[in-house]
Amino acid sequence: MTFQGWLLIALFTACIIAITKPMGAWLFALYEGRRTPLHVVLGPVERGFYALGGIDPDEDMTWRRYAVHVLIFSFVGVLLTYAFMRLQNVLPLNPQAFPAVDPHLAMNTAVSFITNTDWQSYSGESTMSHLTQMAGLATHNFLSAATGIAVAFAVIRGFARRESKGLGNFWADMTRVTLYLLLPACIVYAVVLVAGGVPQTFAGTAVATTLEGAKQTLALGPVASQEAIKMLGTNGGGFFNANSAHPFENPSAWTNFLQMVSIFAIGAGLTWTFGKAVGNTRQGWAIFAAMLLLFLAGTTVAYWAESAGNPNLHALGLHAADGNMEGKEVRFGIAASALFATVTTDASCGAVNAMHDSFTALGGLVPLFNMQLGEIIIGGVGSGLYGFLIYAVLAVFVAGLMVGRSPEYVGKKIESREVKLAVLAIAVLPLITLGFTGIAAIVPAGLAGLNNKGPHGYSEILYAFSSAVGNNGSAFAGLTASTPFYDGLLAVAMWFGRFFVIIPVLAIAGSLAAKRVVPESSGSFPTTGPLWVGLLIGIILILGGLTFLPSLALGPIADQLAMVHGQLF
Amino acid sequence: MNADFRSAIRPSLVMLVAFTILLGLAYPALILGIGQLAFPAQANGSLVRDGDKVVGSELIGQTFAAAKYFHGRPSAAGKGYDGQASSGSNLGPTSKALVDRVRADVKAVRADGLTGDVPGDLLTTSASGLDPHISPASARVQIARVAKARGMTGPQVQAIVEGAVEAPLAGILGEPRVNVLLLNRQLDASGAKTAG
Repeated sequence: MTFQGWLLIALFTACIIAITKPMGAWLFALYEGRRTPLHVVLGPVERGFYALGGIDPDEDMTWRRYAVHVLIFSFVGVLLTYAFMRLQNVLPLNPQAFPAVDPHLAMNTAVSFITNTDWQSYSGESTMSHLTQMAGLATHNFLSAATGIAVAFAVIRGFARRESKGLGNFWADMTRVTLYLLLPACIVYAVVLVAGGVPQTFAGTAVATTLEGAKQTLALGPVASQEAIKMLGTNGGGFFNANSAHPFENPSAWTNFLQMVSIFAIGAGLTWTFGKAVGNTRQGWAIFAAMLLLFLAGTTVAYWAESAGNPNLHALGLHAADGNMEGKEVRFGIAASALFATVTTDASCGAVNAMHDSFTALGGLVPLFNMQLGEIIIGGVGSGLYGFLIYAVLAVFVAGLMVGRSPEYVGKKIESREVKLAVLAIAVLPLITLGFTGIAAIVPAGLAGLNNKGPHGYSEILYAFSSAVGNNGSAFAGLTASTPFYDGLLAVAMWFGRFFVIIPVLAIAGSLAAKRVVPESSGSFPTTGPLWVGLLIGIILILGGLTFLPSLALGPIADQLAMVHGQLF
Repeated sequence: MNADFRSAIRPSLVMLVAFTILLGLAYPALILGIGQLAFPAQANGSLVRDGDKVVGSELIGQTFAAAKYFHGRPSAAGKGYDGQASSGSNLGPTSKALVDRVRADVKAVRADGLTGDVPGDLLTTSASGLDPHISPASARVQIARVAKARGMTGPQVQAIVEGAVEAPLAGILGEPRVNVLLLNRQLDASGAKTAG
């Protein structure tokens, strides 16, 4: 570990703290449906879309209606994206003449992009046409992100409103977030990326003759436009197989820094929006503080482990102080790779600038555990906040049990219905992660795809399902997942991982919105101070730890012990 | 509930089509227009040319095997630096395949005359398989070989290498590094006699 490395981490943390309030304030304006300066240009587009769709943006939807519209919109999106991939051979903008995508891969990919997971069983540069990348996939980078933020808005209204039936209007929330935040931000961001070296062309390839006279064909395409929303919307689906490690996606150290900040920007801002909406920004900052401490803890472990490196390679003569450079790029080095890996798995982004599969065992445990906690450390855009609020509900419940008072959170009584729904959301997901991992670890179709043997091979499977359920999308990429077995199972995991949180959390919001506000009294448990932050972190780590420690012991922990003792597989 | 379902269908279809046109076609086309006008070199892949001939991209590494050239890192992209098949090795820390590969590569660089510790990046594969850089240390340990193959003196080559070292931005962002393609082009352009 170097001073420069810690400086990088400090600078990153400072940027995130600085961006939280302005981003949160902008999101709050959209949450409220206020007019912004951008309405002059985009207001007619918004109204035109409503008119075409027969949408009344002022219609207040019940939680059921909100959830049904989210589900139908997502399901139709899957069908359309599937069609783009299956028909890409006859559609335009296919300069490399790629054939139609296999049905199981197209189905997996469609579910993957609609659920904001962006798990990729394919290599973009050798599978997807430009049209598929742009219209089929990148469109849903926007829409799945906007859907996540819309659901977060609805959930915030559940806490903020009193004696209300509705949670707002899905179409209005989704459209406003897209038009007044994601699209304009991405236009600026994508141009900056082009300036930094990210290609944006409809050409398929460039052909070079190397200095030694060999032919080198370079895949190109409309990369920058996809890259911008891939990071800002915490999607993570790369244009190329190597994702943000590919020099065309992430050419330099400063583009890398920008990419990391943009992963956290919206998720961090939403904590402030929440506080503002419930009438006390300190409520938001408390959530932010808990998230930030968990982020710093993960970063420290990952940075330490990758700096320590792999003793099996040091024994052969590799310079130990250089750390573990297998699967990392020289321009990023150890610090920016460990930081990126933590950020991308704290948020449900899943973009990678280094190969997590080649991390040391403990270095790889950090991203794995981050995903298993439910993607709530800043988290995916929208999904991070509403996922975190489930933990908040459980935390006030536990606090209530300890002091013998009925639990309240931001003025709302938390009762049996809310706690049951919260437990449902938190129990179902590990069941899928661990259940599917168990199946894949014993059937031949599951074992066929492994790139590593021993505990690390098991970690590859566990990582895949943790990533799918958490809607992250990063991988221990040695696993060959483009088989009907993995494509099918992972698609189910991604779908449940998305909607088995969204439906219960909207139900919680619906039931909270209908309640009266209980005035704060001396008996209320304060949910703003350090005690609350500590309790939140405790609940998150205890629940996550109890659920996943046994599986981690079989994977990365066994792997670490083997690595230290020089046991190879 | 049924009313909820029915009322969702028209807006779902319309919004998907409308947003696909706006976000999937108009937005990338706009970025393409701005990019091609304002930053044509970068937008087309930062290609490096020798006259009319494209010799590579500044951002993408390529295979160097000759003694007179500085070598990049081993690559897991296709058969090595395949610009259409980016990939890391994805070998884990306890992989026998990884240890065997590094052991063989260490033997090879020792035979080339390298003594002492091997820089950590020199014999490890990058994440993309297309890493255009090596660390300054990895360049320095190759100076003797390159100088000999080119009939240059060590200090002559050393001066070119040190001139090619890029420093971290503002002392914080990025690592010290050397772009292998650009370094080798400088060597070729230095006009010295080449014997390799």
